[in-house]
Amino acid sequence: MDLQIALLLGQDGVTNGAIYALLALALVLVFAVTRVIFIPQGEFVAFGALTLASLQAGRLPGTVWLLLAMGTAIALIEGSAAMRARRFRRLPLILLINCGAPLLLAASLLAVSPAELPLLVQVLLTLMLVVPLGPMLYRLAYQPVAEASVLALLIVSVAVHVTLTGVGLLFFGAEGSRTPAFTDVSFEVGDVVLQGQTILVIVASILLIVALYLFFERTLYGKALRATAMNRTGARLMGISGNLAGLLSFTLAGAIGAFSGVLISPITTIYYDSGFLIGLKGFVGAIIGGLASYPVAAGGAVLVGLLEAYSSFWASAFKEVIVFTLIIPVLLWRSLKTRHVEEA
Amino acid sequence: MSTPLTTEERSVVLEVSDLSVSYGKVEALHGLALRVHRGEIVTVIGPNGAGKTTLLSALIGLLPMRGEMSYLGERQSADRSVEQLVRQGMTLVPEKRELFAEMSVGDNLLLGAFDRYRAGHRDQLETIDHVFDIFPRLMERREQMAGTLSGGERQMLAMGRALMAKPRLLLLDEPSLGLAPLVIREIFRTISQLRKTGVAMLLVEQNARAALQVADYAYVLETGSVSLEGPSGTLASDPRVIESYLGFGGRQ
Repeated sequence: MDLQIALLLGQDGVTNGAIYALLALALVLVFAVTRVIFIPQGEFVAFGALTLASLQAGRLPGTVWLLLAMGTAIALIEGSAAMRARRFRRLPLILLINCGAPLLLAASLLAVSPAELPLLVQVLLTLMLVVPLGPMLYRLAYQPVAEASVLALLIVSVAVHVTLTGVGLLFFGAEGSRTPAFTDVSFEVGDVVLQGQTILVIVASILLIVALYLFFERTLYGKALRATAMNRTGARLMGISGNLAGLLSFTLAGAIGAFSGVLISPITTIYYDSGFLIGLKGFVGAIIGGLASYPVAAGGAVLVGLLEAYSSFWASAFKEVIVFTLIIPVLLWRSLKTRHVEEA
Repeated sequence: MSTPLTTEERSVVLEVSDLSVSYGKVEALHGLALRVHRGEIVTVIGPNGAGKTTLLSALIGLLPMRGEMSYLGERQSADRSVEQLVRQGMTLVPEKRELFAEMSVGDNLLLGAFDRYRAGHRDQLETIDHVFDIFPRLMERREQMAGTLSGGERQMLAMGRALMAKPRLLLLDEPSLGLAPLVIREIFRTISQLRKTGVAMLLVEQNARAALQVADYAYVLETGSVSLEGPSGTLASDPRVIESYLGFGGRQ
C-alpha cells in the first residue's frame, strides 16, 4: 500500500465515519433522554436515501403512505382520547397535524413532478417526508411504554426495526438505488484527488454537529433535553414532560437519520435493509462513548469508518467482522475502567 | 405576625380533604385534610417517616392519591399530571433538590422558567434578575456547575429555580435538611420574605422550631394522619408539641 492508496482509503473512511458520527450522536441523544436503544435509527438512513432516489426517478416515494398511515393511527388514538375526556375543541388540531399535513404533502407531490425540481427542493421534500416519522414512531411505539425497563424498550426497538425493514421492502422493492453525485468537482492536492462529494459530506456533517451543539447549549428546548437526560424527576418538576422530551429527541434522531441518508445516497447503493448495518456502525461509535459522551461517540464513529476503509483493503472479506469485533475490546476496557455505582 | 388580610386575599389556593396515599398495600397517608390560603405559609411538621414527603409528592402528582383536591378553586381529577399542575403555578422544591448537576447555575435557573417560556411568556431574564436579588449568592455562582455548589447554595438554587416559574403555590420539602444552623436561618429568612410576593407556601419540616416561627398555620403529621392543627403561635405553646418537637427551654 503506497501513500496514495492510504490517503484515498482515509478519505473514504472519514466520509463514512462522518455519517456514522451523526448516527452515533443521534443514538446517544435518544438513549440519554428516553433510555431507548434506537435500533431503527438506520432505517431512517435507508428511508432518506430511498425517498430521495424515488423523487429523482419521478416516482411517488413509499414513505408518503407510511406517513399517512402513521398519522391516521395517531389521529385515531389521540382523537378517541380527546373524545373520552370530552375535549372536542382539540379534535380539529389533532386531525390537522396528523392527517392534514401529510395529505397536503402527498397532494403537492402529486401536483408537481418532483424529478424536475432542483436538488435542494428534493432534499427538503425528503426531509419533510422522513423526519416526521421519528416523533410519530415515538408516539405510537414508545410513548405507551415509556416507563418500561431498558430491556423492554430494547425489545420494542427490535420489533420496530423488523417492521420498518419489512415496510421498506414493501414500499421500495428489493432493488437498490443510488443517486447521482451532488457535485462532480474534484481538487488535486499533490498526488491525491479530493472529491467534492467527500468534502460536501464532511462539511455538511460538521455543520449539523455545530447546529446540534448550538441547539443544546443555547436554546431553552435544547437545555431542557439535556436536563431530562441528567435528572428526569427534576425536569418533570419544571414542566418538561417525558413525552415532550421523547418527541423532541426522536424528531432530532429522525432528522439526523434522514439527513445522513441524503448524504450517503450518492456514495453507496442503498437497499431497503442497508440501514441496519449503517446504524450498527454508528452504534459501535456510540458504545465507544459509553452511550453517554457525545464527543467520544463521534470520534469513535470516525474511527469505525477508518477501520472499515482500511480493513476493506487488507481483508475485504472480514471487513464487517473486524469493525464489529472492535466492540469487544471497547466493552472490556469500559467495564474494567468504570466502577459500578449503586443508585442512591 | 403578618398584617391582617382582606377576605379577597384570604382566598383558598389549595384545599384537600380525605387524602390517602398507599404504597401497594401499605397506606402511607390516610384521611388527610388541609388548606392553604393566598400569601400564607402553612407548615406540616412531624417526625421521620410520618409521610411528609409523600404528602408533597402526592399533591404535585408524582404519586397517585385518593380523595378530594381543589387547586385555585378548580377540582383536580385523579389523573392530573405534574405538567398540568406546573402549568397552573404549583411548584415543588424537592427534598433531594433534583438539580441539573452538570449544568451551570444560570441554566438551572432558566430551566425553572421552561414551562412559562413554552406557554409564551418570554420574561425569564427579568425573573432571573429578581431571583438574583433574593439570592445574591447565586449571582456570584451563575457560571458554576450546579454539582459543585455547597449544600446551602444547592438549596438556594432549588428554591430560586422554583421561583423562576413564578409559582402561586410553592411546596417546600425539608429546606433545612442537612444544612448548617446559620444557613438554615438564612433560608428561613428568605421564606419569610417571599410571603410579601403573595405566593402561598406549604412547608414540610422536621425542624419544627424554625418552621413554626415562620408559618401562619401548622399541622402536625404523625404516622400518616394529622394529630394536631392550629395557628402556629398556638401550636408552638401547646405542651404536646413542646414535648415532642421543640424540647424543653427553647434549646436549639
